[in-house]
Amino acid sequence: MIRDHFRIMVANLTTGKTSILDRPGRNEYLGGSGLAAMLFEEFGHMDRDWDDPEQPVIFAIGPLTGYFPLMSKTCCSFRSPYHNQYTESYAGGKSALSLRFADLDALVIVGKAKRLTALCVGSRRVETRDVEYMRGFDALQTGRVLRKMFPGSGRRSILRIGPAAENLSAYACINVDTYRHFGRMGGGTAMGVKNLKAICILGDRGFALPEGKAYSKLYKDIFKQLTTTEMMAKYHGLGTAVNINPLNELKSLPWKNMQQTSSPEADNISGERFADDTLLRNAACAGCPVGCIHVGFVREQFQTNNQYLYRQVGYDYEPIFACGGMLEVTDTGEVLRILDVIEKEGLDNMSSGVAMAWATEALEKGVISEKETVVKLTWGDTESYMQAVEYISRPPNDFYKLLAQGTLKCAEVYGGKDYACVLGQEMAGYATGEVFFVSEALGFRHAHLDAGGYSWDQKHEDKDVKAALDFLIDDARDRIVLNCMVGCLFSRGVYNDDLLAEALESVGYTGLKGKMPEIGKRVQKMRWRLRLGMGYDPNKVKIPKRYSEVTTWKGPIDMDYMDALRTGYAARIMDLGAPIEDDE
Amino acid sequence: MKVLRAARMERCIGCHSCSLACARQVHKSLSWNKAGIRISSAGGLSTGFEARICLACNPAPCAEACPTGALFQRKGGGVIQKKKLCIRCGECAAACPVDAIFLDHQVNPYVCIHCGQCVEFCPHDCLEMVELTSQTDGEGGSDD
Repeated sequence: MIRDHFRIMVANLTTGKTSILDRPGRNEYLGGSGLAAMLFEEFGHMDRDWDDPEQPVIFAIGPLTGYFPLMSKTCCSFRSPYHNQYTESYAGGKSALSLRFADLDALVIVGKAKRLTALCVGSRRVETRDVEYMRGFDALQTGRVLRKMFPGSGRRSILRIGPAAENLSAYACINVDTYRHFGRMGGGTAMGVKNLKAICILGDRGFALPEGKAYSKLYKDIFKQLTTTEMMAKYHGLGTAVNINPLNELKSLPWKNMQQTSSPEADNISGERFADDTLLRNAACAGCPVGCIHVGFVREQFQTNNQYLYRQVGYDYEPIFACGGMLEVTDTGEVLRILDVIEKEGLDNMSSGVAMAWATEALEKGVISEKETVVKLTWGDTESYMQAVEYISRPPNDFYKLLAQGTLKCAEVYGGKDYACVLGQEMAGYATGEVFFVSEALGFRHAHLDAGGYSWDQKHEDKDVKAALDFLIDDARDRIVLNCMVGCLFSRGVYNDDLLAEALESVGYTGLKGKMPEIGKRVQKMRWRLRLGMGYDPNKVKIPKRYSEVTTWKGPIDMDYMDALRTGYAARIMDLGAPIEDDE
Repeated sequence: MKVLRAARMERCIGCHSCSLACARQVHKSLSWNKAGIRISSAGGLSTGFEARICLACNPAPCAEACPTGALFQRKGGGVIQKKKLCIRCGECAAACPVDAIFLDHQVNPYVCIHCGQCVEFCPHDCLEMVELTSQTDGEGGSDD
């Protein structure tokens, strides 16, 4: 039965002590994004930097996690090493159901371990182990060792970091169960700075369900809706990689550090081509029958006499854009080889690809030399990029140290800011136009999933600033509601506010019908207050020159329109994040 | 009598919909453990998945091991469970040759009853109900 309060485990790595807390707020914050922000207000420090040992890393699930299909993700919040402000990242795997069955609405980690440590939590277990011997282990090897260390196959989740996060790269990720990630904004490093190599969550409890058939019936209805809609066929079939060809046709596919927005070569790395040439199989997050995870296969000869190794590498649209098109690597197997190294080092693949794209252009233009890059970065040269990924993760010099902190930070020192494809962080793969550029540059997570600006660009030729901004704010709020439930955003076409309330009622939690927009707005404001309180000024955001140089299906970028969107969105954000005394 | 078979596990994507369906519909629980079918990777997600499931032995070692008759032989293979008779000794799970019986922390056993309710929740058609060819009691289990 869903509680009217939250049950939270707080693990302190400095003291080695753990406590279980109850906190009210279900009706105000639901869970997930709202719960994480609420907990950051309690445990976080506005006046201390991201690397202060007392800053929390928070993992939160929603009220319906495990109860309904696609309620299968976890929200992770932390003060980001990328911009030293509050942020969130989302991942699935088995993390969400493991937290549910560990009987935790949230896991909060504070403090810093003296030596590299692994934490194991469950409904009847808390344990830390010294794993200093695993320093430098890659993310996949770490998973293998953890699986032996904490048995429980099929009912546990293993979150871990690679060398990049130990070395405090600003865009190191948390690998979840091999193929999923808290990818963006440096969540891995938020763990790394605590000397926390891995977290194993044991989902070792079950819960009684309400009597009667209402819940089972609704589950079945929703299951059918989610598995029979066309939308789901897309995510299940070719997966998100299906977007390569249509975005290329729309001149919206960032290519070669966005020197181009389309290429005749794009078809060679399309979703169709990946499926035909490399798709080994699909996999799923626990609790999701859609199975959008696409695992590609590539084999390579490493010695003469027919000696081969093989790699199984997850792919999606974004990693293909970042490590395919942006680097002009136009062979599916070669893209997978780069992604495999990124996976092992534990980096965000979008940031890594975009950073290397910038470095390649900077090298080409003579802004930097091979003294900095060590290896000759060349468009399409897989080997050089595989090497560069390792240098970002384990920097051999000051250049890579800076590049690992973010492309723009590096460009500010070495030059080449104009063509750093950075919108708050290294961009997502949508050169769709003004609304997306502004949406990602200013947005809360600087993620393409903050709001559907990319979609607005593709559907609207008019340049109605107010309508576009209204859409961004309202769409973000709707997505926040689903982020509080921590449902997969792929299900947003099915889980509307009424269905969410009905689902809650079917498992005995009443009283939220009609309340979702209000909750979404409350959390939207709270998140912005946190971010602004840590120094974010959306008015100071600059959109690099490269974004004014591209041509999309609508023609050249309209700078006046983009500026109006930028200043208008900044004003709306300041308004949303206004201090609380002016608020409610 | 038909029995459940995880016949096409090479198709499994690890969504756990089958376990969740069994727990929900048969055992009235929200769980991926309290179920007659449980999914795990065969050694990390890169190795595919396997199903822990009753293979419908006849005679069933778990029924033979049960001291109270809470588990007794089902016609055609497998067992029928009478929860009220269970004293939670755990002998059934110890006797199962394929580790198909889950014991919760109170030592309640969960075993597949071959009802087939999980089948429709598998998105990749990994599961099926099949009619077993008849087997004379007492002759099963040996290939030597």
